[in-house]
Amino acid sequence: MIPLDINGKRQNVDLPGETPLLWTLRDELGLTGTKFGCGMALCGACTVHVNGQPVRSCITPISAVANQKVVTIEAIGNAPIGKALQAAWVDAGVPQCGYCQAGQLMAAAGLLARNAKPSDAEIDEAMSGNICRCGTYTRIRSAIKQASARRGGTR
Amino acid sequence: MSAPVDSTTRPLIVANVSRRRFLQGISTLGGLVLAVGYPSAIRAQEAKKYGADGMPNGWVDSPLAFVSIAEDGTVTIVCHRSEMGQGVRTGMPMIVADELEADWNRVRVAQAPGDEKKFGNQDTDGSRSTRHFFEPMRRCGAAARTMLEAAAAERWKVPVSEVEAENHQVLHRPTGRRLGYGTLAKAAASRPVPARETLRLKDPKKFRYIGKGQLKLIDGRDIVTGKAQYGIDTRLDGMLYAVVARPPVYGGKVATFEAAEALKVPGVQKVVQIEDSPPPAHFNPVGGVAVIARNTWAAMQGRQALKITWDDGPNAGYDSVAFKATLEEAARKSGKVVRNDGDFAAAAAGAARRHEADYYLPHLAHATMEPPAATARIANGKCEVWGCFQSPQATRDLVAKRLGMSADDVTVHVTLLGGGFGRKSKPDYGIEAAVLSRAMDGKPVKVTWTRDDDLHNGYYHTVSAEHLEAGVDAQGKPVAWLHRSVAPTIISTFNPAAKNQAPFELGLGVINVPFAIPNVRIENPEATAHARIGWFRSVSNIPHAFAIQSFVAELAAAAGRDPKDFLLDVIGPARQVSPETLGDTWNHGESPERYPVDTGRLRRVVEVAARQSGWGKTLPKGRGLGIAAHYSFVSYIAAVVEVAVDDQGVVTIPRVDMAVDCGACVNPDRVRAQMEGACVMGVAVATLGEISFKGGRVEQDNFNSYQVTRMADAPRDIRVHIVPGDYSKPMGGVGEPGVPPIPPALCNAIFAATGKRIRRLPIRDQLKA
Repeated sequence: MIPLDINGKRQNVDLPGETPLLWTLRDELGLTGTKFGCGMALCGACTVHVNGQPVRSCITPISAVANQKVVTIEAIGNAPIGKALQAAWVDAGVPQCGYCQAGQLMAAAGLLARNAKPSDAEIDEAMSGNICRCGTYTRIRSAIKQASARRGGTR
Repeated sequence: MSAPVDSTTRPLIVANVSRRRFLQGISTLGGLVLAVGYPSAIRAQEAKKYGADGMPNGWVDSPLAFVSIAEDGTVTIVCHRSEMGQGVRTGMPMIVADELEADWNRVRVAQAPGDEKKFGNQDTDGSRSTRHFFEPMRRCGAAARTMLEAAAAERWKVPVSEVEAENHQVLHRPTGRRLGYGTLAKAAASRPVPARETLRLKDPKKFRYIGKGQLKLIDGRDIVTGKAQYGIDTRLDGMLYAVVARPPVYGGKVATFEAAEALKVPGVQKVVQIEDSPPPAHFNPVGGVAVIARNTWAAMQGRQALKITWDDGPNAGYDSVAFKATLEEAARKSGKVVRNDGDFAAAAAGAARRHEADYYLPHLAHATMEPPAATARIANGKCEVWGCFQSPQATRDLVAKRLGMSADDVTVHVTLLGGGFGRKSKPDYGIEAAVLSRAMDGKPVKVTWTRDDDLHNGYYHTVSAEHLEAGVDAQGKPVAWLHRSVAPTIISTFNPAAKNQAPFELGLGVINVPFAIPNVRIENPEATAHARIGWFRSVSNIPHAFAIQSFVAELAAAAGRDPKDFLLDVIGPARQVSPETLGDTWNHGESPERYPVDTGRLRRVVEVAARQSGWGKTLPKGRGLGIAAHYSFVSYIAAVVEVAVDDQGVVTIPRVDMAVDCGACVNPDRVRAQMEGACVMGVAVATLGEISFKGGRVEQDNFNSYQVTRMADAPRDIRVHIVPGDYSKPMGGVGEPGVPPIPPALCNAIFAATGKRIRRLPIRDQLKA
């Protein structure tokens, strides 16, 4: 049994410790908002937060996050940054197919948490681990800036 | 109008003989049509039909199929096309809602299952949804509105001419009385659907939503909160999870396998062999060995523990390096002549100068962010399938065929698609899920493709060699044009003997070049396919446009002319060209009268893109502008790419201007979004994309070796300029035509910046010092 803290809910899962957090969330806990894209931390679709830091859940074994605070796309809107980003995403019409956007939002939320008003270069650096095959990058960048501005981000 | 009623019970539908879309493009190949079981005699008796009329199961415009209104006033509109990022689940219902005078805040969207008899054609490909269904969806909304008006007039006992629907209510003009749609729903539903010719469509000036671009995406909120459901997200009680080890070589099969170690992996429940499907691939699973487990991870671990020996079959020698040489050799010799205007040889011999160039473009994989995934369950003689399908009716028919069931007993539920790009037109993964559910006594089974599965067992974009020659006059203007295009055809996926491009591939920008050149010869030498070839967003336009628009720029440079002015000269004066005079019998399935090739529109997008980009402006060293224009999916697109190349040969793209003339727009914001996305995909094609084979096997496994464009390398600023359209004129496609101009515009910009001409894609490190 491995004790997990997912979106503030504590629960034990009966799985081998090496099972990736991604498949535990999706298949065992029914939290399908976190997406599979590559399985090798190459695309960012599976990004979640562990203790507030963006982490690739596809290569993170559940044994490594026992009792750590995991937050997924389903709960990121409970925090002000996540809520602002979600609103900006909708407003800017960022999503096309939308599949990668959970991971994009989690990466962006991690960025704004440590840098309230990121520059273009800082956005590139934080976001280039997240692939969008539909090519929504220009709108992702403007939505991050919009969320940052609405939160009164200053440099 | 309560629950949607089956429209087949009413004589409203003008539908075509059922046959799959891919057969249309290959209609000249009678033998193949017979080979897959469709009698060619039926075809011969049919008059040629165009547009939505020419698609399998045509169109349906009955509100009984698409609209239901609850007593609380909630309007539910069915979207019958698949959403893969193009915005169709917002756009289609928006058309209905506008004509219906519905309040968008009270509209819900339901997704149709695969049922073309009820809904009309559902093959979501070919950039066709809006151009084929704008008019039927308008009529659908107008008919529902008319029924509500009639119900209100009856309630008030007043002439129907005195009432008018307005924003979710019907108004009695003389008295100002109003009745809400919810109140009228039941009475309206019992009324006859008005005859099509009696419908009163809105004046486009009165559109509330169409053309405004002010509505947010219907699924936007669900997407950003993680609630949106994709094919990979299906969850059913008691569901099992499967991954499949598939033959690594096209046409290969399992020789032997040993499952003992796999069965020891915790959570693994069963190992099942899937029957081989020898070529032609069609839409069939390729076979292999499936591991079925408690969760996806356990299934993946089980698969790793399988011991399989493969019989690779005849394509074991497929080697991309050798095949490139084969294609290039074929391109140096003449081949099947598919268009011949004037006399190329004589004109070239008499020309002031001659130029030639060879271009090469590799295979590509779609690499949708959501890999293929589907779930199936069989109970009581019925099969249900859930998945990310571009072609739900084909999925339904093929699942039924594979299971030996009637299609009436198969239901295909369409989820959101995490990207499609043509890959999800081929429902091999849906058939896999059905086969595996049957192997588990009907229990629900979800099959998930991993990224390496997706790259190793795709339906690849073809690989091409393009040879161009021109004879030019003393001013450098071409008087003779030869284009040899050599590429394995998509037809090979259905008929392995096919070695020439089909009319629908030639019509993707090689045969139908509308240039003002008197002597044009287009040839198509043969090529053999050694992999599953399929449709990839914009398809053969990618190699054709790259070669043609690069070559025009090369000729401009040789003539010492401005590339934009030269391109306009080559296009020639504004005129309407019949596709038939260009040898294009296909014309994207559209009527040659309604959809001529309009060089005036092509000129205009060139001029708009150039003007908006500041064409001619002075740029610092290492920067350059490149232009390209291409007509495809009956739309006209031009792009100007601004590029910066540093001392190390690293390319960045500060800005792209795209001008698009797709006729009138339903949702301009999504037209912009599609152009932005097409631009990024075009950059990926130009700079990074390559699938290569060695020993019959794909060499790329994941996004480390099959690279796609990321934010830092994407164009920083993409400006889309939409040429205004007229709602009374035929519409063009939007999803695909933005891609083809980007690679040549980028390479033309690189030439302007560096003097280096790229003739082989991807660019990758060709510019590196």
